Amino acid sequence: MAVLVVADHDNVSLKDNTHKTVTAALALSGDVDVLVAGQNVAGVAAEAAKITGVRKVLTAESDALGKQIAEALASCVTPLMAGYDAVLAPATSVGKNFAPRVAALLDVAPISEILEVVDANTFVRPIYAGNALETVQSSDAKKVITVRSTAFKAAEEGGSAPIEAVDAGPGAPHTRFVSDEIVKSDRPELAGAKIVVSGGRAMGSAEEFHRVIEPLADKLGAAVGASRAAVDAGYAPNDYQVGQTGKVVAPQLYVAVGISGAIQHLAGMKDSKVIVAINKDGDAPIFQVADYGLVADYKTAVPELMEALTAAGL
Amino acid sequence: MKVLVPVKRVIDYNVKARVKSDQSGVDLANVKMSMNPFCEIAVEEAVRLKEKGLVEEIIAVSIGPIQAQETIRTALAMGADRGILVQTDADPEPLEVAKLLKSVAEAEGPGLILMGKQAIDGDNNAVGQMLSALLGWPQATFASKLELDGQTARVTREVDGGLQTLELDLPAVVTADLRLNEPRYASLPNIMKAKKKTIDIKTVDDFGGVAPGHLKVLKVAEPAKRVAGVKVESAAELVTKLKTEAGVL
Repeated sequence: MAVLVVADHDNVSLKDNTHKTVTAALALSGDVDVLVAGQNVAGVAAEAAKITGVRKVLTAESDALGKQIAEALASCVTPLMAGYDAVLAPATSVGKNFAPRVAALLDVAPISEILEVVDANTFVRPIYAGNALETVQSSDAKKVITVRSTAFKAAEEGGSAPIEAVDAGPGAPHTRFVSDEIVKSDRPELAGAKIVVSGGRAMGSAEEFHRVIEPLADKLGAAVGASRAAVDAGYAPNDYQVGQTGKVVAPQLYVAVGISGAIQHLAGMKDSKVIVAINKDGDAPIFQVADYGLVADYKTAVPELMEALTAAGL
Repeated sequence: MKVLVPVKRVIDYNVKARVKSDQSGVDLANVKMSMNPFCEIAVEEAVRLKEKGLVEEIIAVSIGPIQAQETIRTALAMGADRGILVQTDADPEPLEVAKLLKSVAEAEGPGLILMGKQAIDGDNNAVGQMLSALLGWPQATFASKLELDGQTARVTREVDGGLQTLELDLPAVVTADLRLNEPRYASLPNIMKAKKKTIDIKTVDDFGGVAPGHLKVLKVAEPAKRVAGVKVESAAELVTKLKTEAGVL
């Protein structure tokens, strides 16, 4: 069987989610091709060609694909499925948006956010916000799958797959791109960061969030996250949200500052390797999942932590 | 213009799901059930469009057991005009739900289908996209802002890294994210009024039936539990432990 992976990229660079999705695809088949659908994607395709284990890189280019419009992606991917037994996309906002459309057009059941490939037909995926794990077996001849990339290791680089262009499809005749507001940041991306520092409602204001959380994150070379309570209160932008309804992260180190640990937040970070919690309430549920807990007011604890990090040579 | 709002009856979002000891599923016996929170946001948005005079009629549709009437009743109390229950005790997969909703949409002819981005039980995040594909309509998922202007909808979507705004030709499918609005609580007079509104009870066969599922659930297990670690006394001790014991700095 052959498997198609739809690359995660921004037309400029390839995202690490692609490497992780390739790992999931290689668990299904040795014949893995990567589709880079976008606009002016020669550079991205060249990066994808380096992923070890990739047989071939396909490129498809149009305006609508450049904006990652779901209808355009689905009408590009669906005809390609004549040559593949499965298509895998990372469960990003793009993957989640177009993959079910492909499934509907192929008349198959999509399999969302897999955590594990048991065999070529059987997958483990989270339900009820990760409070239960479902093992499902698909009877469809062709499978449409989104992959929770934090559950898979990134495939290495070292290959040199050939690159060929394919038909971009009819685009999205009834959908027009108006604008993007993408937050520019020099910090690592939240979803793939090795260290994440998150702030909660205890910050009390957007100014306090910036003053406390961001310097600590920069000291650690970390991405910045936030609880839903902090986002809803307007202390942090919505794309910072870690949790069931936001981003799912699994960094090496997760530092939760002033976060109580609601179930919905825990669902987004409990697979982190090491969790640190700083909270003045010693009974906060976050301490039940934290490897290291510091019961203290963040107002004194974070400056002390900054000093201790400096003293330790960081 | 008519708006169709699919609503799902799910475990209340404040209740922690418990896995059955035989691993056959999640225990729903004697558990509080409510409208899926994302569906509630979709109903609220439809009601606001009606209050602005942009929409004439809101139809709430649910596919599920007879008790799903309560969920439709909640939508009616929030301001939907009438309801359709497509009654089934099976738990149809997203693909089958999308096909049933397509038949309902073809019968009703809405200009907009407004629905939650996902149900908090299966967490599939698929029905809106599949329905849109089956109807051949444009879609905008994860909406945080929706404006209707004649024959088009302008939708701001929450995407990784920020926001994206699209313009769709109607009819279209829009799925609601958390920050689209804050749903109202139904007032007592509106709850009373909702009791007089119509709910048509139909069967799946009225809308083309349900094919056997494509996915078989082999088991449902609890995730590995994380055990609480240690409390440290100071920031300095924390840094030492992170460096030497955990090795993450």
